[in-house]
Amino acid sequence: MTNRPLRKAVRLTLSYVLLSLAALFCIYPALWVLLSSFRPGDMLFSETLLPTSFTLLHYRQLFENYPFAEWYVNTFKIAIISTVISTVLVMMTGYVFSMFRFTGRKNLMSMLLALGLFPGFMSMIAVYILLNQMNLLNTHAAVIIVSAAGAPLFFLFSKSYFDTIPRSLVEAARIDGAGHMNTFFRMILPLSKPLLVYVVLMNFTGPFTDFIFARLVLRTPEKKTLAVGLYDIVTDRTKLQFTMFAAGCVLIAVPITALFLLLQRYLVAGLTSGAEKG
Amino acid sequence: MEKRSIIELRRPFLSGCRTSAVLSVLVMGAGQLNNRQYGKGIALMLLHLAGLYVAIAKLPHAVWALVTLGETSARLEKVGKVYQQVIGDHSIYLLVEGLIMIFLMFLLLAVYVLNIRDAYRCARLREEGMPLHTFRQTLHFLLDYRFPQIAIAIPVLGILFFTVMPIVFMILLAFTDFTRSHMPPAQLINWHGLETFRDIFRLRVWSETFYGVTLWTLLWAVASTLTCFAAGFVIALAVQQKDIRFKKFWRTIFILPYAIPLFVSTLILRNVFNGQFGPVNDYLELMGFGRVPWLSDPEWAKLTLVLVNMLLGFPVIMLMIIGVLSTIPGDMYEAADIDGADGLQKLRLITFPTVMYTMMPILIMQFVANINNFNVIYLLTGGNPVNGNYQFAGHTDILITWLYKLSMEQGQYNFASVIGIFIFVLLSGFAVWSIRRTKSFKEERL
Repeated sequence: MTNRPLRKAVRLTLSYVLLSLAALFCIYPALWVLLSSFRPGDMLFSETLLPTSFTLLHYRQLFENYPFAEWYVNTFKIAIISTVISTVLVMMTGYVFSMFRFTGRKNLMSMLLALGLFPGFMSMIAVYILLNQMNLLNTHAAVIIVSAAGAPLFFLFSKSYFDTIPRSLVEAARIDGAGHMNTFFRMILPLSKPLLVYVVLMNFTGPFTDFIFARLVLRTPEKKTLAVGLYDIVTDRTKLQFTMFAAGCVLIAVPITALFLLLQRYLVAGLTSGAEKG
Repeated sequence: MEKRSIIELRRPFLSGCRTSAVLSVLVMGAGQLNNRQYGKGIALMLLHLAGLYVAIAKLPHAVWALVTLGETSARLEKVGKVYQQVIGDHSIYLLVEGLIMIFLMFLLLAVYVLNIRDAYRCARLREEGMPLHTFRQTLHFLLDYRFPQIAIAIPVLGILFFTVMPIVFMILLAFTDFTRSHMPPAQLINWHGLETFRDIFRLRVWSETFYGVTLWTLLWAVASTLTCFAAGFVIALAVQQKDIRFKKFWRTIFILPYAIPLFVSTLILRNVFNGQFGPVNDYLELMGFGRVPWLSDPEWAKLTLVLVNMLLGFPVIMLMIIGVLSTIPGDMYEAADIDGADGLQKLRLITFPTVMYTMMPILIMQFVANINNFNVIYLLTGGNPVNGNYQFAGHTDILITWLYKLSMEQGQYNFASVIGIFIFVLLSGFAVWSIRRTKSFKEERL
């Protein structure tokens, strides 16, 4: 038992080393991109990690050479509207499956879950034609509709969360004369803050990251979102400007990262409480 | 008075309720009008008219479209003295439009059946002397007692048209000859049965690619799920040790990769691991090691993929495990201490089983999701390096990226659909089986 303090010191040191290493791995790419975005020239190669001189040129280029400000506005517009619709749909679907019993319920649930796994690419052609029929090609409404229509497929998370809310609460509200909509919007939603935050975050990041479908639908430069625009910049073989891409990355990542850090507390709670319990 | 009730008990064929039902069979809403439910009746009749119009005006065309996929191809035709380009039938548009029509018809049919049932039921209630709901009461009844069906109808309709219909479309494509050489609107496409399925298993170029890619897909799914879990578990354990300081700081740092949009971080890492000018190789060279072909050698590329995926994926798992760890009561560890258990035993006998109990369903879902993990592979290697023995696939392509290449880049739509069907069967069977076994699905209320 004499070596107990020593063992503890070794364990702690090892733990800190492990954590620092992992942290380094996590931070390094982000840091690297941040620093690259301030580096003069357009090469990715650099002798030193810390740039010797800073420049904001790449950020300016983004706004001058591309309609970057418009992309920003587009992305936020699409993200906010589709987040509101998707979140209501996901929560509502989870709520109905959790609180009510009706015929065909379990089959419908399994069906939706299975549909959620279907690879989306092949169906993109059909969705494209459908949108064409509705005269929605190259509109933001198309992106919003498609993402909102697909959102309820991922109801399982909200359903398992609602399963943990005591049913007596809902019944009490009903007895007090609250309609279903009232119960849902005024009681259930406020009660599920962590879940709500999680669902909102997931739906909000969607338009920031989806470039495959959005690229198919949004054709003209002024309609593009950040993800589509940036992807097109980086895949443009004629002029690969890494530093400018880095600046674009920083601009995309900043709102999302800020949101994550802001909502971190809820996120942990939401993830763990919504996770299925065995 | 008494006589009448005896007559009613015998229920002749055309008793009141039957009349209403038969009327509703003839024209939607007529039965409801017969029951003196005017609001509902008129609404249904209007729907009937609209449906009738659509059925007469559009349905024959839709059926023709689905059966033939178009009959006239684009061609040059002599008009007067000049040849003119004549636009032919566009098979793919015909197929989708036909499908939309069929779906609409099915919806209408469902309303039609409900309408007959409703007419019959209401008429029966009326005969028994019950007062029938007024239009307003009906609406209230629906909102109150049919709330789940109504609430679920909106998402289900969206899914029907934006998920189910496209899936049916895709499945149908597998039975056509829709490839780059048969591309509308220049050419018509045709039904050709199971030929594509046969080709994939019989032709060696195809079957070799198919088996190879499937094997790597499964391997990839297992490896990426396990590495993410292991890393998340180890980090969570390390952070949650009682005497580790700055817990919040660590957690925040580990969330960072998760917070940056996936496609940004993957593209960043593609540059970081670049063999020629990536910083990783620069550092390795600086330290006296050779350069590593991270993304250009088949085996290294696979390893890099798993590594990168672990880096991007472990934070979520870690957060979840931290959540589980915080639910384990401390006195269990105290009891173990009294019994003289060492750290490893506590880990093996208390921590690990508890974590696994909660994480198992999540791991299965992760595994399923990894089979379809398109983004990491597409953005990091794009399926490369090229494999000479494969048909339109590289060494690191998984089924889903191969499918993408087949359809979006190579125009082999029918082959892509067969792969899509295969993925779907693989995944859905697996997922539904595992979800149905979870407690949340079986017992529901906790």
